[in-house]
Amino acid sequence: MWILRCRVSNSKPIAIVDYGLGNVFSILRALEHSGIPAKLTASKEDIVSAPGVILPGVGAFGDAMTTLNKLGLSSILKEVATNGKPLLGICLGLQLLMTESNEFGHHQGLGLIEGDVVKLNPDQDGVTAYKVPEVSWNKVNANQSWKGTILDGMNEGTYQYFVHSYYVRPKDSSRILSTTQYGSVEFCSSVQKGNICATQFHPERSGEAGLKIYKNFVNLISRESYV
Amino acid sequence: MTVRIIPRLDIKGPNLVKGIHLEGLRVLGQPSDFARHYYEQGADELIYMDVVASLYQRNSLLSLIEKASQEIFIPLTVGGGLRTIEDIRKVLRAGADKVSLNTAAIADPTFITKAARTFGSSTIVISIEAIKKSDGTYEAFTDNGREETGLNAVEWAKRVEELGAGEIYLTSIDREGTGKGFDVDLTQKIATKVSIPVISCGGAGSSNDVVQAVNEGKADAVSLASILHYGLIEHADHSHDNKSEGNVEYLKSGRTFSKIKGKSLIELKKDLLNQKVECRPHVDFEVSRV
Repeated sequence: MWILRCRVSNSKPIAIVDYGLGNVFSILRALEHSGIPAKLTASKEDIVSAPGVILPGVGAFGDAMTTLNKLGLSSILKEVATNGKPLLGICLGLQLLMTESNEFGHHQGLGLIEGDVVKLNPDQDGVTAYKVPEVSWNKVNANQSWKGTILDGMNEGTYQYFVHSYYVRPKDSSRILSTTQYGSVEFCSSVQKGNICATQFHPERSGEAGLKIYKNFVNLISRESYV
Repeated sequence: MTVRIIPRLDIKGPNLVKGIHLEGLRVLGQPSDFARHYYEQGADELIYMDVVASLYQRNSLLSLIEKASQEIFIPLTVGGGLRTIEDIRKVLRAGADKVSLNTAAIADPTFITKAARTFGSSTIVISIEAIKKSDGTYEAFTDNGREETGLNAVEWAKRVEELGAGEIYLTSIDREGTGKGFDVDLTQKIATKVSIPVISCGGAGSSNDVVQAVNEGKADAVSLASILHYGLIEHADHSHDNKSEGNVEYLKSGRTFSKIKGKSLIELKKDLLNQKVECRPHVDFEVSRV
């Protein structure tokens, strides 16, 4: 793993939490492609010392929380994020930030953003079948200005790649950066609360348009001057 | 709903190949060149199918995926000869997002469930290759269209969904490589019977064929091979291709190798949008590169 060594504050690699779920390799490649040092890790030390943390994830909420709890990572993630470390959640990673989810039972999340996670259940109009999970490119529409956020500089209505059966409902709508329409359901597709941000879509699978998100996350890290 | 357009790259060793009815494979060139062009032209995903699937060939496919994952940032699906959990793991580690299973799934349907539990349903695509029988029903085939199974394709589709498949990749062997249009009947029968996404493949000869597959066949995504490959070969900008050695003469000749009139992905998507079939426009990609 090649890591850039220099005197600027971003010399430490961003920690991508590798807890066995999700295609962490594609996130690593996306960051490498953009010249951003990063490493896959499940180590508390790496998370504490990293300038920023990315929380990926694919699969079930309950399983993911159980694994994060077992690895002792839930408390560490909560702690560093609450203390201001930039944290970017991707897909299930967004859902895990919430207070709770009712996917396959009732589960507690990291509670970093107040709100819940519910099933994607678009009306079936008999003409177009809106399949679940949603596996498709979809438009990301602004709920507020994106200036200075992880969506900074992206086109309004940019198409990003989604694979999900659930979506988040943040209690405070000022946290909602973007919404996306899937059939009859309009859902929150990205959030930001200061140093804590997340996307329902996969920026590392959304072509050049998605890679911008990772560059913006690095800018966030620089602004927060977190070493 | 936004339809995904997924170029399919049939791989034999280091080469991109194409056949008709999944046989009579002809070498078309370097997979990575085609993959990169499709990515730049707005492909929504790519699927690599290993059409020989022996251990030797697998290694070149793995390095193909590794290389692709460093420069192509859209979902990559890999299929062909994947038989074990370890086979799947290797492919995902190399950079694939999803895997396609056919033969192994039919041989042991519980493999679908095991794979879905281990890697997540959304990672597991079940490939169904179907041939229409004289009674109008469809039978599923394995081994790249060579071995019959006696399984009714529509019933099998319903079953794979129950077993945990995330998506179905449906190929009409009858139409594959012919450019005569998708098997809309087959697509519709399966797409309306399952609640997971269905990717229809086989037979695209025009943009209208794709429109039909979506509007009448109810396909959630379509996969194209011949029409795009020949489109790329016919319309390639020769000035950029100095580094693709073996390809150069091929592309320079500008010969068409089949009855199928090739089409560029950009043109195809333009046509779809003009006919009110929603898909990710190429322009989004262009603008955000600035």
